[in-house]
Amino acid sequence: MGLELPKYPVMEEEEVVNLELEIARRVREALSSVPSLEGSRDSYNQLVGVILHSKQLGRDELALLETTLKGLAAAVSLIDLTHHESLVSAIFSMSMWNYAPHVEDALAELIVSLAVSNGKYLDLSLGMLVNNFTPPPYFLDKLGLPYGLDRKNQVLSRVHAAFKKISEYVPLAPLRLINLVIQRMPTIYHKDRAVLIYVENMLKLESGEIGEVVGNSVLMALVDRLIDLDLEIGWDAILRDDFNKGIFEMELEDEDEIVESAEQHPGEFRLSRMTLVGNSIAELLDNLLVLTFEHLESCERAGRLAKVFETLLQSFQITVMSAYKSKFTQFVMFYACALDPENCGVRFATVLADLFVQDSRPEQTRMTAVAYLASYLSRAKFLSVFFISTMLKRLVDWCLEYCKTHDGDINPNAHRVFYSGCQAIMYILCFRMKVFVDVPRLNLLLMPPLEQILKHKLNPLKVCLPSVVEEFLRQSKAASLFTVSETFIFDGLLESELSRAFGGLERLDTFFPFDPCLLKRCDRSFDEQEHDLDEFDTAMSKMSITPKNGYCYKFGGRDSTRMPSRIRPSTSPESL
Amino acid sequence: MEGLSEAEANLVVYVHPSKSRNVPQAILRELSSLLFKFKETFDGVLLAYDVNILDRQAKILSGIHPYIGLRLKAQLLLFSPKPDMLLEGKVVKLSQESIHVVILGFSSAIITAENIRQEFKYKIKDGEEMFASRSHKRHVIKVGTMIRFLVKSVDEEILHVIGSLMEAHTGSIRWLDKKSEETSEFDRSAMKSRDREWQEDKTVDEGATPLSNSNHIKKSKKRRIAED
Repeated sequence: MGLELPKYPVMEEEEVVNLELEIARRVREALSSVPSLEGSRDSYNQLVGVILHSKQLGRDELALLETTLKGLAAAVSLIDLTHHESLVSAIFSMSMWNYAPHVEDALAELIVSLAVSNGKYLDLSLGMLVNNFTPPPYFLDKLGLPYGLDRKNQVLSRVHAAFKKISEYVPLAPLRLINLVIQRMPTIYHKDRAVLIYVENMLKLESGEIGEVVGNSVLMALVDRLIDLDLEIGWDAILRDDFNKGIFEMELEDEDEIVESAEQHPGEFRLSRMTLVGNSIAELLDNLLVLTFEHLESCERAGRLAKVFETLLQSFQITVMSAYKSKFTQFVMFYACALDPENCGVRFATVLADLFVQDSRPEQTRMTAVAYLASYLSRAKFLSVFFISTMLKRLVDWCLEYCKTHDGDINPNAHRVFYSGCQAIMYILCFRMKVFVDVPRLNLLLMPPLEQILKHKLNPLKVCLPSVVEEFLRQSKAASLFTVSETFIFDGLLESELSRAFGGLERLDTFFPFDPCLLKRCDRSFDEQEHDLDEFDTAMSKMSITPKNGYCYKFGGRDSTRMPSRIRPSTSPESL
Repeated sequence: MEGLSEAEANLVVYVHPSKSRNVPQAILRELSSLLFKFKETFDGVLLAYDVNILDRQAKILSGIHPYIGLRLKAQLLLFSPKPDMLLEGKVVKLSQESIHVVILGFSSAIITAENIRQEFKYKIKDGEEMFASRSHKRHVIKVGTMIRFLVKSVDEEILHVIGSLMEAHTGSIRWLDKKSEETSEFDRSAMKSRDREWQEDKTVDEGATPLSNSNHIKKSKKRRIAED
């Protein structure tokens, strides 16, 4: 620009204003000089040079850049896409992360002015702001440091404020923005930190001023991405060793704790989270889930959770339920339910039950729904006993009706939905047997129909997963609820040919989606949710022994309805 | 305001077989996806629709997916700004270089300084930016004012209008209306006859059905002064 700035750092107010006007004038001059064929483009080139210069700017240079940007903002109508191509591309490739707050302000103002002045710049401006979601590569590592965090807050607040401003002047901008945001979502092969900060921005959009327009799309895109990551983690990364034992075991031991545990059942399966450590995708998913949980918490505080939940529910049905054995993504639903048991918690279970009983739905959907329902009702401590009993009754009623209208013999293929329903009931009761003790009336209400179902010709006891049946029978015998004349000896088998048959290709007979989360940070979030951990529980959590309670023999005795904390995933490797 | 029109359209909507369970909902979804987008067939932006299903029987389109073709009759509200039209909108931002306007709450317009007539002078009064007329003290444009302006060009993709306040009958609507009330009766009737000239016939058609009725649209000079 050919301007020599005075050497003194402090200038008089008037001088500053004069300087700004001078620079603004020169900017206009430089811009208008380009279209004309005569005359040099020196001043224009200098202008572009100022914009491009981004590394290690001295204080003077920063001041110059700031005033230049302001000058450009005022002369926006003169900027032409064809004549000033190099300038335009220089502006739109600027990264706010490189500069101090004053310059960031000026740059944001320029971008907003460009966006609203001309349709051609709208997409470019929005694109530039979306690019500013993530810092330049050299800055990624510095995000953890305090000054990195400061810079992040400065930049992101300005970026989102810019979105709001643009939306005020160009009402249709959010629609274009959301398309851009989803298009540019980093793939799973990008650096973790870049993905995380981008998702953070997306969630900020959801809760921000334009959240009403873009919120739904953001959430659905997020769940899609979570499922992508989920599916990248193969089941073989999690499972190892002989898997047949103890799907009802409550203990998940860390390698270092094994030595300390008091009793060790023979042949006990040792699964630990260690198998997932070092798996970068698992780590990324873990972090993303925790980010999502935090967002859900903030939604709950703002009173928006019910609305957000509806979107999540939709996404769950479309994406998560149709994915093959989602491992972790469903915990987003679980967490939301835990935050608001009366609304979200109840709604989730009701929707699943509705899906199960609807004849028009495909078999697989119904079986998946009831598998989720069973696992959910078993593990969710926050659900009231009354509600669980209502749900149980619904399932029992449906199964009974089915029994009455179907007179066939045992046939795992033909009655898949029925068998999955029965297995669900038994599974829930394995965890919630106490319900009958607490509410004696239930005994009268549920047991007779249940007995009818279990003793029916269709013989669910023989077809359902042996380990579930065995546990159920043992518990019901201990609770003196009912006994069966035929002895079912399974030898601790996890599964049988019949159960495999009804489970089908997808092995929905061994699908227990809310078994405790194996992702470390995620799991800890659930632990933190428990506010009323009593000493008994904490003691139990370290050992795998029998508890006081007679029935919950293998269940680690604690309030087995605790939120999932430490348990094995219950799917067998051979079947996959 | 010019640019708004109602049209009757004969449409054919193709519904995917998976949606056959709830066809009315599928139709509404399909039509809703057309909202607020510029469509060449309509030569404008669809703002609202009212639909009637003509025939309960639908034709099945043979092909890989047996789409169901449904014939509908719909009333459409269209917005098609063209150059030299007079539009009305609310000022949302004002600066020395430009006035930013939002039309009907969804379309944006900008009027740059070189398109604002000399009559208007930019000034700041009590901290508020405004354009005030030099000749008429009461004629003032500031943030929140509804103004009438001329269309210079339209970017159809994002519905961004470049406008101008050069014409004499552009400016703050409230002031302009007051002024026109004060004019003689002769002037007023002259304006009314000009309105009637704008009526024309137009049919909008989409899909495989052949052209049938020719309907005339009422050109509604609705002034949607949304005070929000």
